[in-house]
Amino acid sequence: MLSPEEWGIVALSLKVGGVAVLAILPVAFALAWVLARYRFPGRLLIDGLVHLPLVLPPVVTGWLLLIAFGPLGPVGRWLESWFGVTVMFRWTGAALAAAIMALPLMVRAMRLSIEGIDRRYEGAARTLGAGRWHAFWTISLPLALPGVLAALVLGFARSIGEFGATITFVSNIPGETRTLPLAIYSALQVPGAEAMATRLALFSVALSLAALILSEWLVRRTHAGRARHGD
Amino acid sequence: MAIEIDVAKRLGERTIAAAFTAGPGLTALFGPSGAGKTSLLNMVAGLLRPDRGHIRIGERTLFGGGIDLPPEARRIGYVFQDGRLFPHRRVRTNLLYGHDLAAPAERWMTLDEAAAFLGIAHLLDRWPRSLSGGEAQRVAIGRALLRGPEILLMDEPLSSLDAARRGDIMAVIERIRDELGLPILYVSHDRAEVDRLATQLVEIGE
Repeated sequence: MLSPEEWGIVALSLKVGGVAVLAILPVAFALAWVLARYRFPGRLLIDGLVHLPLVLPPVVTGWLLLIAFGPLGPVGRWLESWFGVTVMFRWTGAALAAAIMALPLMVRAMRLSIEGIDRRYEGAARTLGAGRWHAFWTISLPLALPGVLAALVLGFARSIGEFGATITFVSNIPGETRTLPLAIYSALQVPGAEAMATRLALFSVALSLAALILSEWLVRRTHAGRARHGD
Repeated sequence: MAIEIDVAKRLGERTIAAAFTAGPGLTALFGPSGAGKTSLLNMVAGLLRPDRGHIRIGERTLFGGGIDLPPEARRIGYVFQDGRLFPHRRVRTNLLYGHDLAAPAERWMTLDEAAAFLGIAHLLDRWPRSLSGGEAQRVAIGRALLRGPEILLMDEPLSSLDAARRGDIMAVIERIRDELGLPILYVSHDRAEVDRLATQLVEIGE
């Protein structure tokens, strides 16, 4: 079906997408939790910043990443001098771009499920002897779990499809940063590579559709579990 | 063991205030809907903070004089109106939730004893959503008892049940009162319920 080269592209995409969502998950969950549960000055600003990658032209996000993480950028210089690492033109940079682009979707999905938790369960847990943290780990988090999984799947699909920010930030290097969409774009530039572009595109469609169906199924599960025992 | 309550709390337009001492047996907090009976229980449980006043169980101060124990440190069993069983845990792990968190010295009932006392041994492996209203309320009572409480709070535990189930659960509550000797604060707006169960009556509101 796919050639070894194409499988390599798929494998790289899965690696980039997987690392991106797993790395950004704790950040996204913390943001979703704070936005769902707390009212404080600056909340709208945080909400806006989180959602920015959703509405900004991806090329702008990529360029901002380039400024921040480049060898002379504030974060890039710090990473270089403290850890001796750079994400420039590396697959880790592609994962970073994908993570930033997936963040708003993940925060939205998790925030909905956190807002859907009946907080009275947490109160019940407290009266049964659970401290705040214990109630969080044993009650709130398990009840939010379907939403967290849905966010992971959705974020993963979004990461796999990331194009604009990635190509701006880490360029289009075969074997390093050339993920599925970049490979399809490259194939379309070369005469005679339409077959490869078609195969990769079909693979993308299948992957994205599967992810959407899975995340929708997970979200429905949450609501089904909650429809009972409310009043 | 006497429960001494003297609290006031402003909630929006209303002020909820009550002062009474509840002795052993079942103390019914009786009054119309919206009088703040549930808020009062929540203050005793530590889920709602009074503006002023104090709450004591025997020699133990739960609230007042600079003390405000968190709910988990109050040793109170709370049976909610809707049962409020954790939907993602089976009956057994619902029952054991507070039991496992209690210090061994605080526990005075085992899972087997609670299951036998409430007649729920056959439900242990079920999910809460598969229980009838009466079964769910029994499990909720068992969960509160297994936590090893010094007093039991009950917020209209019969309101979601049909007449036949009400009789069953009332019999259970009488046995908690008489056989286990556990002091109970019981919220209700139903006169017949209160007449049958209460050893002491406190009117709330008006």
